[in-house]
Amino acid sequence: MRNLIAFPLLGLAVIFQSALVSEIQLLSGYADLPMLIIAAWALQERVDSAWHWAALACLLVGFVSSLPWIIFVVGYFGIVYIARILQRRVWQAPLLAMFSVVFIGTLFMHILSFGVLTVLGAPFSLSDVATLITLPALLLNMLFSIPVYTLMRDLFYWVYPSEVME
Amino acid sequence: MNSRSLQTTIIFLVIGGILALALGGFFGTASRQFTSVFIDIQTWIFTRFRGFQDLVTAPGDIVALRQENANLEAQVSQLQAQLIELQQRVNETEILAALVDFSRSNPESTYKAASVIGRDPSPFLHYIIINRGSNDGIQRGMPVVTNQGLVGRVDAVIADAARVQLITDPASSVNVYLQNADTSAVLYGSVTGDISLDLISQDVTVEPGDLVLTSGLGGGYPADLIIGQVVTLRTLEFELFQQATVQPAVDFTRLEIVLVITNFRPVDITPLVPTSP
Repeated sequence: MRNLIAFPLLGLAVIFQSALVSEIQLLSGYADLPMLIIAAWALQERVDSAWHWAALACLLVGFVSSLPWIIFVVGYFGIVYIARILQRRVWQAPLLAMFSVVFIGTLFMHILSFGVLTVLGAPFSLSDVATLITLPALLLNMLFSIPVYTLMRDLFYWVYPSEVME
Repeated sequence: MNSRSLQTTIIFLVIGGILALALGGFFGTASRQFTSVFIDIQTWIFTRFRGFQDLVTAPGDIVALRQENANLEAQVSQLQAQLIELQQRVNETEILAALVDFSRSNPESTYKAASVIGRDPSPFLHYIIINRGSNDGIQRGMPVVTNQGLVGRVDAVIADAARVQLITDPASSVNVYLQNADTSAVLYGSVTGDISLDLISQDVTVEPGDLVLTSGLGGGYPADLIIGQVVTLRTLEFELFQQATVQPAVDFTRLEIVLVITNFRPVDITPLVPTSP
């Protein structure tokens, strides 16, 4: 039942993303708070609800954003998939896994956005997107990933309390 | 008087005399240095003494003083918060006054004021979210302006909010009219938020500073809304059209309150566009 915290948490994350995080711009890029939360949650061991959280994030962000839904569905589920793979392989260095997921996830989301928007007819220059959006967003995501991971770690201990050994 | 006491008296008189002359300034530079050292020493001793005196004679109710200091600091903080709040209200009032002036000077349109409450979560798009929706009569396609000029148009609406596509969005295109050059062109947005003109005929002379207005062609926007001024022009002989960069009249980074033109209905001309057989 404690997994229901995802509703207010991701709701707040989308509000923060739209009202605050999108104002903290580096060149034309900014961080993706819902993506960071999804990645950090999927990296926690014993978490079995990461896919549900990703679905909820797709729903909320897709509702607010003008980007096609398919980008969030493929992007967020892809990030959960990458995080689950890395969680099993680099579990001894969780922050390193977080950095890896955020790095790969940001590139994945941006390539996806670039591809879909280009197909839909928006005139984008690859070099502009790379230098003005993707690289700054990558840096900001990396910076934000440390506090987000710590918060999600604490939340994980609350949602999945350790079993009492007798 | 024995010889020893006479000797002492003479020594005292000589030294006292020299001292008196020195203090009286009769020794020039040496005298000034002497008095300077004297004053420094006196200052040092006096300040130490005053500090010690303050310590000894300080009032016993230091706790009360500290309490008063804390109260005053709290009061200062409260007043500073009030000052910031009042400053925000002044700014808001200034913006609203400018918007009211704008709506009075353009009585042919009816407006609905809305506050900007967010931006699109994706950095690829230039959209804002406003706090007015279908409950306030906002509909898709309505133009959005400020007193400075055109902002964009409503892209999606829910009951109490709407999403507005800015003219700086990469997918945005606006039919415009260059007032001085008396010609039409198309304005495009970009990833960087810059706006530029394309499809300017080669035989038209465009100068930096020319005013860019909406032309009303295509039915997407009303005519004669200010967009900005031409900054630079790019003319290449082997290209069909000229291009120009435009300095927007609106500061898109500091949008707070906007006006939605509610009596404008965009015209869908898609059925009239000829399709290739």
